[in-house]
Amino acid sequence: METFLGIDYNIWWFLVFGAVISGYAILDGFDLGAGALHLFLKKEQSRRIAINAIGPMFDGNEVWLVIGGGALFAGFPVAYAAIFSAFYVPFMVFLMGIIFRAISIEFRSKEPMLWWRTTWDIAYCVSSIVIALTLGLMLGNIALGMPLNEAHEFSGNWLYFFNPFGILIAITTLALFMLHGAIYLGMKTESRLYTKLTILAKNFTIFFVISFALSTFYTLLYIPHLSDEIKTHPVLFVLPLIMTLAIANIPRCLKKRNFRLAFLSSSVTIAALLILVAVEVFPNLVYSPQFPANSITVHNAAASHKTMGILLTIALIGTPLVLLYTIFVFWTFKGKVKLDEMSL
Amino acid sequence: MLMDVEVLARIQFAFTIAFHYIYPPLSIGLGLVLVIMEGMYLKTGNKVYEQMTRFWIRIFALIFGIGVATGIIMEFEFGTNWATYSKYVGDIFGSALAAEGIFAFALESGFLGILLFGWNRVSSGVHFFSTIMVFFGSMFSAVWIVVANSWQQTPAGFHIVGEGMHARAEITDFWAMVYNPSSTDRMLHVWIGAFLAGAFLVLSINAWYILKNKHLAIAKPAFKIALTVATVFSLAQLVVGSKSAEGVAKNQPAKLAAMEGHYDSSAKAPMYLMGWVNKQKQETHGLKIPGGLSYLIYGDFNAPVKGLNSFKKDEQPPQVNAVFQFYHIMIAVGISMILLSLLACWYWKKGTLFNKKWLMWLFVWSVLLPQIGNECGWFTAEIGRQPWVVYGLLKTSDALSKTVTAHQVVFSLILFALVYALLLVLFLFLLNRKIQHGPASAAADDDELDAHTKRNNPLLTH
Repeated sequence: METFLGIDYNIWWFLVFGAVISGYAILDGFDLGAGALHLFLKKEQSRRIAINAIGPMFDGNEVWLVIGGGALFAGFPVAYAAIFSAFYVPFMVFLMGIIFRAISIEFRSKEPMLWWRTTWDIAYCVSSIVIALTLGLMLGNIALGMPLNEAHEFSGNWLYFFNPFGILIAITTLALFMLHGAIYLGMKTESRLYTKLTILAKNFTIFFVISFALSTFYTLLYIPHLSDEIKTHPVLFVLPLIMTLAIANIPRCLKKRNFRLAFLSSSVTIAALLILVAVEVFPNLVYSPQFPANSITVHNAAASHKTMGILLTIALIGTPLVLLYTIFVFWTFKGKVKLDEMSL
Repeated sequence: MLMDVEVLARIQFAFTIAFHYIYPPLSIGLGLVLVIMEGMYLKTGNKVYEQMTRFWIRIFALIFGIGVATGIIMEFEFGTNWATYSKYVGDIFGSALAAEGIFAFALESGFLGILLFGWNRVSSGVHFFSTIMVFFGSMFSAVWIVVANSWQQTPAGFHIVGEGMHARAEITDFWAMVYNPSSTDRMLHVWIGAFLAGAFLVLSINAWYILKNKHLAIAKPAFKIALTVATVFSLAQLVVGSKSAEGVAKNQPAKLAAMEGHYDSSAKAPMYLMGWVNKQKQETHGLKIPGGLSYLIYGDFNAPVKGLNSFKKDEQPPQVNAVFQFYHIMIAVGISMILLSLLACWYWKKGTLFNKKWLMWLFVWSVLLPQIGNECGWFTAEIGRQPWVVYGLLKTSDALSKTVTAHQVVFSLILFALVYALLLVLFLFLLNRKIQHGPASAAADDDELDAHTKRNNPLLTH
């Protein structure tokens, strides 16, 4: 086993992959959430401000998805092959959502007619919801596990994915993104729109807490393999604790109108949720409940050590650069949205 | 009756990649033109260049957006439809894709926000820097994608581990993989194809303005900038393209034989200007330079060239005539671009360039040339590599996702066809609107619109 700082390469890459996926969920999460709540905003001006609040960022945020896909392909090709061929139908729907969303943001502002803008507003909102739901559905099913054969290929039917747990996680993901998006928009807007977003954010907090509680009960009752780690290692209870504190902090911050801290809290919630899933799933990448021996793990799915070494080098050089210009871009567009001639 | 999964998956991949490939070359080419235009503006301070730059940034935004959306599809389509291939090449292909994501695409998309929305927010120097970074990002993106594809054409720096179903290629030498025998030639070939795509789009739109007598103060200098780019790179493509063909001769003789429809290994090989391959009779008829191909490869008109007959039946490209035709269309297009640009340069020198209506009309339509050339070039490369997906190692028919059924692929193929048709219509519609709107009025109209929205919007008063 090749190691770096005493930790196996494969585990390093699992951490890198997890970090990229968390980064993606936090970053694209707010713009997907902003999209999902778009139709709650009634005035043309509010919608335009909402679109411009994410306009300069959403392309950069989707890059994290591209990097995540590349990271999985490169480090765990067997998992990449199994996951995307298994999720064929939901993933194709997800990809259509990605296309529609990009073009609705792009095309909405190009014509002034009301019907044109309304059409693209609906496309933008629906595609954002579809993306959030399919992402949640896939996350739920990866956590739950799926039937795999000896070649580590999915051996079920795609309707399998529409199980109660998958659907619950899909709804929870949507709720969390909407909450996150409402807070982000609140951070970027002013006066009446801002008040409206405060109310929306509060409602989405309730929506999220209910759906998350349901998913938790369901997990504890029916899916023992997703709670055994935490039961055997009580120290891991710190994760749900952090999450609860972060969620509880959101209404408090909203009352004080401290949107930045609220945004930080919802980001922490997303990260803690994903870490919780990762801890329970590890060392599996895709668990096979019927035949655990066929499960795809960080070891049997991994690329060669040589490739892992190259990948870690690429990540060590690349990540600081990406962070540097992501911060630069966010800093350039910091503060409240002001519509100007370059706006969408 | 449903078709075979392999045929469907290949149609879907060809369709989605061909559609995607309209846009990234335009982004790369326009990136170059934008860097030149904005550089001229910074150097001269002339408002004409500012308006020109801002107009083309708007067109760039439209093209870039569609390129990203259709590109994300490509990254995942390997996993969805070609799972066995993904497992086989993941160890190699993956590091190139990861490098693309982190070094190139992140750079490009990060600075894109500033390029598109930052004109009034950052200094002109920072904006210019962002434009350059976006251009570099798009160039680097192409590097990694072409490296990965070139590895499929001419694998290097790897060894095979495991057998049968579990066989896969593992990397042994990263730099040998990156600089595999065809990488450099194909990289330059693709870059230049992209520069030409951008240059001819600028030429086309400005030729139309000149014909309509609109925005002349901006259209004429923009036309000259693009004409310079087009002339330099259409000539460079001639050199780089023939280098690439020599590489194919050396590394993929079966593909080369298909490109020229050459069957008989003992004979000298002609070079066709146009023709038709009869696969049954194993003959090619057409207008040819006898011994031309022999000369290109060996510098000798009488040297024999390895023909298709010396390959096993199941290792010959199955669609010889298609490879032949796509290849020859690409060459014809390349020559047309050279002739057209040189002709225009000659009139430019004589000072009568913008008076030649017929020439301007030719340029209006010339936007299609690099697009046809780029697509046909890729069709040649990919159909010519068949029946292999990784040359000499893995057959396309063995590379599929075993769990995906024909019904599922039909479902996604229909979705793609509908969505992409809509996307193309919208793209052309909006491009046309932007063109009609023109460069001179764009900024002024926006200022007016902006002032209007500010007056009527209490939210924007602080």
